[in-house]
Amino acid sequence: MSFSSRWFLLISAVLAFAGCSQGESRVEVGSRLGVLHIGNGAEPQSLDPQVATDVSSGQIMLAIHEGLVTLNPETLEPEPGIADSWNISEDGTTYNFKIRSDGRWSNGDSITVDDVYWSFKRYLTPALGNPWSYMLFPVVNAEQYASGKIDDFSQVGFSIVDENTFQIQLKNPTPYFLQLIAHSSSAIVPRKVVENFGSPTARYSQWTRAGNMVGAGPFVLETWDLSQPIVVKKNPHYWGVDQIELNEIWFHPIENGATEERLFRAGQLHITGSIPTDKIPVYEDSGSPSFQSQPYLGTYYYKINTTRPPFDDVRVRLALAMTIDREAINERVLQRTGSPAYAFVPPGTLGYEPPKTFDYNPEKARELLAEAGYPNGEGFRPFELMYNTSEGHRRIAVAIQQMWNKELNLQVTLANQEWKVFLDTMDNMDFDIARAGWIGDYVDPLTFLDLSTSANGNNNTGFSDPVFDEMIFEYVPAARTEEERLRRFYEAEEYLMKRMPIIPIYTYESKYLMDPSVKGVYPNIRKLLNFRYISLEAS
Amino acid sequence: MLRFIVGRLLQAIPVLFAVVTITFFLVRAAPGGPFDDEKAVVPEVRAALEAQYQLDQPLHRQYFSYLHDLLRGDLGPSFKYPGRSVNEIIAAGFPVTAELGIYAMIVALFIGGTAGVVAALKPNTLQDYIPMSAAMIGICMPAFLLGPLLLLIFGVQLEWLPVSGWGQLPGDKILPSLTLGAAYAAYIARLSRGGMLDVMSQDFIRTARAKGLPEHIVVLRHGLRAGFIPVIAFLGPAFAGILSGSFVIETVFQIHGLGRFFVQAAFNRDYTLILGCTLFLSVLIILFNLLSDIVAAWMNPRLRSQLGGGRRK
Repeated sequence: MSFSSRWFLLISAVLAFAGCSQGESRVEVGSRLGVLHIGNGAEPQSLDPQVATDVSSGQIMLAIHEGLVTLNPETLEPEPGIADSWNISEDGTTYNFKIRSDGRWSNGDSITVDDVYWSFKRYLTPALGNPWSYMLFPVVNAEQYASGKIDDFSQVGFSIVDENTFQIQLKNPTPYFLQLIAHSSSAIVPRKVVENFGSPTARYSQWTRAGNMVGAGPFVLETWDLSQPIVVKKNPHYWGVDQIELNEIWFHPIENGATEERLFRAGQLHITGSIPTDKIPVYEDSGSPSFQSQPYLGTYYYKINTTRPPFDDVRVRLALAMTIDREAINERVLQRTGSPAYAFVPPGTLGYEPPKTFDYNPEKARELLAEAGYPNGEGFRPFELMYNTSEGHRRIAVAIQQMWNKELNLQVTLANQEWKVFLDTMDNMDFDIARAGWIGDYVDPLTFLDLSTSANGNNNTGFSDPVFDEMIFEYVPAARTEEERLRRFYEAEEYLMKRMPIIPIYTYESKYLMDPSVKGVYPNIRKLLNFRYISLEAS
Repeated sequence: MLRFIVGRLLQAIPVLFAVVTITFFLVRAAPGGPFDDEKAVVPEVRAALEAQYQLDQPLHRQYFSYLHDLLRGDLGPSFKYPGRSVNEIIAAGFPVTAELGIYAMIVALFIGGTAGVVAALKPNTLQDYIPMSAAMIGICMPAFLLGPLLLLIFGVQLEWLPVSGWGQLPGDKILPSLTLGAAYAAYIARLSRGGMLDVMSQDFIRTARAKGLPEHIVVLRHGLRAGFIPVIAFLGPAFAGILSGSFVIETVFQIHGLGRFFVQAAFNRDYTLILGCTLFLSVLIILFNLLSDIVAAWMNPRLRSQLGGGRRK
């Protein structure tokens, strides 16, 4: 007994010592010193804007890189970046950017118009394999250059007008074009530095390492060790350095939502990336000032393989869509983590409100199914509902399986596959109905609607309708005003939803935790942070 | 003994070769590739990406090229983390995982060993039942439950210990080591109890007692050495298991070890990283098994004479 009591005392003493030494929390110290701690999801892949595709890299790159323009976090309107002003020709196809004369790289060198030109050239060079290259396809000949059909870059619509003016020539007016060049992948990179570290098209170049990295953003990379917090410091050479209130940002790579939430509660993080689903109702009901919720530019939906009978019949597809009780799913399965979707484009996409062509209506669905030759589901072959392995997807699939069975008397089996196997299955179109999700690359209905056009590599439904293709590629771009353009998108989406190759289920909402000391974070549909605007209030 | 060690090391070469070959072709046979994503890239980009990693070459050429690099100690670049080599990822993650593993092993040996010996001294009494029941709970309770439970109590409620990290705040190594060590402590408790019970009834222990040695000398000097042999035999595979299985602990406690990279590599189809980690862990498993055999032989006079016996005959 005396032996175990001695040990108990010793262990207690160690624990008590460890506890005492913590004192002020990391968030409190950070708020006092202007150091922001942010949960950043997975380990970032790369900090090269033209190589990385993941969200966690994108967030860091917004701090350390900058493009010709940036986005206002409140309105998502373009603001000056490396270019301090720009003008757009009347026909909407020529953009002239004035490169700011006081623009400097984080090593103090001047940012030249040649750096800008060279960055876009690198962006589209086929050998680099830039996954974002399609973003600049609205530019004259960009697609041809990126696909290797032409190899003379001077034929592409980028040109240097004079030492302060850079010009971009578009194929057609593209109202969202400034958003594309404000994207983290369109950041301008320092030619001299990239070339110093070997081939500019090598994905494994060392130029993005801490110590090597030079950028044009408001912050500069200080440390980046694997799985450790990535630390960026205020860039003293940044043109707008006087407006920046933060001294440092620590991006903590935390993949596990529950771990992140615990860290927040323990005062280790100012902002989390998400909240575990089961904790959302708790935070929502508690009225916690830390709880943040905002619509997000993403849709959760089911893809239908329209090449396989009986799903080649539009009445069958509509019947399936009408039998999903989205309100019930959102309330009971999703714990209100999204909002029910009756169209593919999320509402609030810069003024666009999607059409509602159908409603939850099992009665009508049964009629449609009978018309298609399956009264009360008779003769309808059993089919598979596939999803990538995840508890969340499974729960939704189980609910929908029951709805289809109860209302339409259909025999649905569930099948799950590991993520990469699932992607392979999608590519080969070896499924009946499968789960999917889509996050918009920019705020415009096009980023959602072009997905269902015939040649789109992400279509995977077999849906191919020349009328819809024509609407997206000819009819919409021919609109003269922005209102007319949105109205035409509305018509196109209405047309698409009446054919239902995809069944929208819910639109995403982003929910996360933020310490009340953080100021300057605005709710926006892209969950975009502009670190120039963020400040911390010491308690 | 030397011949035994050299022989075992030579046996390891074909084993490792088989591991590399089987893993190489198995990961390539799995559906999906490193550049598959929800947003499919345009075909030209995909071709360029594959060319950068020589995936456009015939499979046998990729295999020989990999073997060629491997002989020079180069495990290749990671597919998922451009700019990082597999050697670098292992070098960054392994020391942390190894440190965690060593602490967990110390925890396991100390708690498990003590509990086993205490239980064996008075079998079928409360002194036996209590630690053995605790050990049973330890075996049954998975780390993904015990970890968050300890965190909730000591991290969030009592605020005695940090809730995550490794080597960043004082005391942040305690909970992960305890959690990882707990399951192994339970096994060790059962093994050492069995070993001690077996040994304590043998003739040489009776002789030691008859000589009038105090009980603690009998237990610690004579009993423990023989009674711990099953534990030592278990330690090699256990340590390898701790290293390769620390994934859950690393995730729960946000520790930047190798386990997380290994598991994620499989999900990401990061071919070179899967191969590198598999090979590295295979080497470790072979080494630890050898080490535990050597220690077991050293502790067991009969086995020692068998191994060295060739020369004596």
